[in-house]
Amino acid sequence: MMTLSLSKDTIQVLKEQDVVFLKNRIKETAVKIKMGLVNQTRLLTAASELVRNMMRYADGGVCIIEVVSSGRVNGVRLTFSDRGPGIPDIQAAMRDGFSTGKSLGLGLPGTKRLVNEFDIKSKVGQGTVVTILKWANG
Amino acid sequence: MDKIPILRMGAFLLVTIQVDLYDRLALNLEADLVQMVNKTSAKGVLIDISAVSIVDSFMGRIIGNIASMSKILDAETVVVGMQPAVAITLIELGLPLKGVHTALDMEKGMKLLKSMIDETEEDADEDQTHDDFIAE
Ligand SMILES: Nc1ncnc2c1ncn2[C@@H]1O[C@H](COP(=O)(O)OP(=O)(O)OP(=O)(O)O)[C@@H](O)[C@H]1O
Ligand SMILES: [Mg+2]
Repeated sequence: MMTLSLSKDTIQVLKEQDVVFLKNRIKETAVKIKMGLVNQTRLLTAASELVRNMMRYADGGVCIIEVVSSGRVNGVRLTFSDRGPGIPDIQAAMRDGFSTGKSLGLGLPGTKRLVNEFDIKSKVGQGTVVTILKWANG
Repeated sequence: MDKIPILRMGAFLLVTIQVDLYDRLALNLEADLVQMVNKTSAKGVLIDISAVSIVDSFMGRIIGNIASMSKILDAETVVVGMQPAVAITLIELGLPLKGVHTALDMEKGMKLLKSMIDETEEDADEDQTHDDFIAE
């Protein structure tokens, strides 16, 4: 599907206060495009997982918040990129229960279930980029 | 340091979370609650999350930790007022809130706790030797 980017906002995330600021901005953006409440909750929960990964495994990074349009509907696209260690085995990392952080290993697979589009790219020694998209409705 | 107040009501501890928790606040709450359960020999913990709009895996894990540690200290945990959108999201995320009971509101949560405690007390009647140690 062709999607058009209508607005773009880049936010640095290095400290816990940045995380709060980022979540507020994402929320504002979702409200602005009249995203349904359950979808807002899904998007924010997904963002919360990804920003936590970025902080925990890569000491922070950058999130780009975009309003996108497919012509008929609008959505929010979030791109989380970091220059951390990267993920050696993405397939493994995407499995429920896989964690190198002694955690539940739910963040990545759970996030994928919460959004409409999910993309992850990672290079060991270079970093990780995760992009998610949630339409306002559906 | 920011803290979430914990109220004591008889054998229960009540916590109302009024803001979306950031990680440090949630970790503090976990530590404080477990300490309070231990100190007061509370039988139940009620956590009102009706004002919480996001529960991610981290928050979910904290709630689960509170429940399982309280259980070890012989207290039950009930989470009340979870927003429907949060409940849906938690299921899709795949988070098992193990050992956590839920109720629609404080009143129902209180009732649930009381009924659970009555049950365990009936069980305990058969062996009363421990009760003296618990009494303050
Ligand atoms: N930005 C990142 N940089 C490097 N490694 C990452 C990054 N994000 C995730 N990973 C790796 O992928 C694994 C799976 O991530 P996921 O978020 O699914 O689980 P988790 O963070 O370990 O646990 P949870 O999110 O449930 O607390 C992590 O344990 C980590 O090894
Ligand atoms: Mg994670």
